[in-house]
Order: sequence, then structure tokens, then C-alpha cells
Amino acid sequence: MSSNPFPMNTAIVGVYEHPSRFSPNKTEFQIMAECAKGALDDAGLDRADVDGLFGASMSMGMMGIVDLAEYLDVRPDYLDGTNIGGSSFVAHVSHAAAAIHAGLCNVALVLYGSTAASNAMAIGTGGAGESKNPDAAFTSPYGMTTVGSYAMYANLHMNTYGTTSEQLAEVAITMRKHAGLNPNAKMRSPITVDDVLGSRMISRPLHLLDCCIISDGGGAVVLTSLERARDLPKPPIQLLGCGEAVQHQGVGRSDLLTIAAQQSGDRAFTMAGLDRSDVDLAMIYDSFTITVLATLENLGFCAFGEGGDFVSEGGISIGGSLPVNPDGGGLSSNHPGMRGIFLVIEAVKQLRQECDARQVGDPEVALAHGTGGTIGDKHSGATLILGVDR
Amino acid sequence: MNAINHPAPYASWETRGYWEGTGRNELVLQRCRKCTLVQHRPRGLCAHCLESEHLEHFVGTGEGEIYTFTITEQNQARGFAQACPYIMAYVTLDEGPRILTVIVDCDPDDVGIGARVTAKYVKQERDDGEVFAVPVFELS
Repeated sequence: MSSNPFPMNTAIVGVYEHPSRFSPNKTEFQIMAECAKGALDDAGLDRADVDGLFGASMSMGMMGIVDLAEYLDVRPDYLDGTNIGGSSFVAHVSHAAAAIHAGLCNVALVLYGSTAASNAMAIGTGGAGESKNPDAAFTSPYGMTTVGSYAMYANLHMNTYGTTSEQLAEVAITMRKHAGLNPNAKMRSPITVDDVLGSRMISRPLHLLDCCIISDGGGAVVLTSLERARDLPKPPIQLLGCGEAVQHQGVGRSDLLTIAAQQSGDRAFTMAGLDRSDVDLAMIYDSFTITVLATLENLGFCAFGEGGDFVSEGGISIGGSLPVNPDGGGLSSNHPGMRGIFLVIEAVKQLRQECDARQVGDPEVALAHGTGGTIGDKHSGATLILGVDR
Repeated sequence: MNAINHPAPYASWETRGYWEGTGRNELVLQRCRKCTLVQHRPRGLCAHCLESEHLEHFVGTGEGEIYTFTITEQNQARGFAQACPYIMAYVTLDEGPRILTVIVDCDPDDVGIGARVTAKYVKQERDDGEVFAVPVFELS
């Protein structure tokens, strides 16, 4: 093992984002397997090298990770099917680093796949119907949708800080502008403030274009020790810091505007020994436009209430002070139900300077933050800070 | 807009006190006599002491104020599609805890964060012998 402390003694050595946005003839596991092949090829490793398997999906339940191992015909020494929502894969990367650090596995494969679009899933506005779960009895009679919970957060943010719909629209416009530079992005035509504000209202104050798209897709990430990574073909991307957190309604008194990102971000920055100003680009889970503002504020990239000004002054554009989601994000590139893995993949590709038209200069440090669940109700947060190997 | 056809709440033994209260038009809350915590959602024990013997039910005022809200214009789920737009809100009860609810019988333009609201109870048609209602709120 190298002399670096955890997690800096581990690195990401292979990534792959499935190029498809609509795969009606494939299953989740087939998409995951195709991604595994892509990421292992990228890493210069073989299926037989994998001794740690990490994964989650919209349909994998109990034993899901065992089913996935069977599908891939692998018998790893370490399994982790943690599912904390869309942030799961950001957390899997830090779990994999911990397992590698502890000597429990040497080559970890993190997988996601989904056919959310071809299954015509209603992700944002469904799931609010009848339930026989006594816990759901406190939400389901009231029609709590995913978008509705984010909308309640957005309304509180507007009321508290004066944030405007125009400022939220700026997030959607920027993501679309970035998507225009990404040949695989699903939605690439530019949009304006009027387009966003004129799109159908889903849950006030969030319009259709404030909401992420629904696509199929998948991705894979391969990790190993930094020492071994240095012998592999691609430049290693080192883990510098990581953190996980949860926020929920507790006993009915939690501050809605404080999200898990505050706790997980503080932990990751402390571990990395870095300041916010050291980050060259951020991959932020953009389920909705408000999610980006909430996450920027809670991660400390701007003060609470300043997120609106930060985005409307161009801060999150490629070329801005903190470029966010140069791939076009979930708002315009892809959102197959859970998006966390793409945050890691794009961060790695950016740090390797493999992103062509959407490349953000020559970044040395990237942050990825995934949110799982809903910020107006209960959710998980997972933060990773990644850097080029120096 | 039509009324929401609220999905039937299912009670466990932990939440039964709350739902039975709604059937009597009461908003029943839980309080721990040991640490004085008033908690919602209901549990079988105090979430902080992790002990059940000091937990008691009491009838709350059913009064509070809107913490935040959204006007839901799209929800395909059964019971809600015909009721859009409806006002979903968090209400901070005068006893402290916040609960999810809907605000009814008002013009959405009159609803604002901080507005005072009062509980009312929508009786559930049930065939299992239970008398439950769904607590909703109207402007005070």
C-alpha cells in the first residue's frame, strides 16, 4: 500500500457511461453488464480481476446484489448493495475505497443500469397513491409527490431569501447549454427563461423545465489502490475526501433548508484538507433546478440565500467560477431514475481532460455530490472530492 | 377542482392512538413525561429516550401555521388526479412538531407561508370497522 492516508491511497481507474438514452430491448442487468465491460476496458482490467461488487437500481431489492453477481457470473470477495437513493453510487465509491483500504478487496466495480424511460415510469409525479405501510399513512393521504416535496423546499427558499423563478430557470438554461456540447445528451436545443417559465406548471413553483428528464441508461466505475492504479493505462483519479449524511423529518422539527450536503460536504472537505475555492468543477445532482441551489449553499460554495445570485451571475457555467455538470446533468443529459453514478463518471472524465467540447480547462480537483430521496421530506447525501494524481 | 379522495391510512399499533383520535375529530400527539419531547410521527416509544413507559397521548389544539406549501398541478395517482390543483403543505403545530397535510376550502392565492390554520377531519369510508379521518387544514 502507498503511504497516503485513506482515502488518498485509492483511485478510480476506469469509468463508462452508457451512450444510450432509450433502450427498450435491454434489461437493467444487461445495461449494467455492458457498462462493466466498458469501464473494465477503460481501466485495462478484466472481469476476473474484480473482487468487489457494488451496485443498486430501481428494482434491485433484497438479494439484488447477489442476483447481479449471478448475472455477471462473478464470485467477488466483497459485496455491497447499499441503496440510499440516487446518491448510492457516490457512496459506493467511498465504500469501495474503504474496502480496498481495509484489504477486503483489490478491484471494485460499481454498477448502475435502468430502463426508466422505456418502462414509462412516472418518477416525479407518481408514487403518491395508496399504501398499506403505516408509515406512509402520514404522507400518502396528502399526495406527496417527489416534485411536490422539492417544490415545498423551493417555496420556502423563495419566501426566506427572495429567490426567484427566473434564477431557478437559469440552472435549467445552463444545463441545456452544457448538454448542447455533449453529443450523447438527450435534450440539446437551447432554452430561454421564457421557455422555462412558460412550460407547464407541475407543482408550484416548479415548472416542467425545472424538472429532470427521464431516460434509460447506466454506468460503471472501477477502483483500486493508488499504487496499482499507477501501473494501469489511464491516469489515476485519486480520492481526496468523502462524506455521507442523512436528513429527515426527525420528530417533526428539522430545518427544511438544511440538507444532508452540509454534513457530508463538511466531512469531505475536512478529510481532503481543501477549501471550497480549491474545487475546479462540481458535479451536483440536479433532480430539479432548486436541488442545485440547495446543494451549492449547503456545500458552502455560497452563503445560504445567495444561490440564486450565484447561478444568475453565470457562476455554474463552463467558464464560470464553479462550472457545474458540464455534461448537461439530469435536467438535460440523462436521468434514468438514479443519477449518482454519472456524477462520478463525468468528474473523472473531466479530470482526465477527455471531454472535448465540454471540457472545463485543466481541472485538478472535482467534487461530486449526490442526493438520494427528496430534500423536502427525507434524503441521503454523499460527497466525493476527487483529484488528479500528483 | 374536485375534492381529494384520500388514500386510506393504515394504522399499526404504534400509530393507532393518532388515527383513533382523528375519528373523534381530535389531533392526538405524543409526549414523553421523562424528557418532555412532543414527537410526530407517532412511535411506540420516545425517539430520544428510546423508552416506552413514559410516553403518553394528549389531545393537541389542532392549530398551527403554514411552514411551506406547494400547489400541486400534476399528480396522476388515484384519488389526486381529479383534485389538481390542490395545496400540499407542512404545518407547524402550536405544540411544536410539523406535519404534512393539505390546505382546503380556500383560494390558493390566499395561502401564504406563516398563515394560521385549523384542523378539520375528513371521515373515511371504511369497511374494516375502523373510524378514522384524515386531518386536513383550513385557514383560521
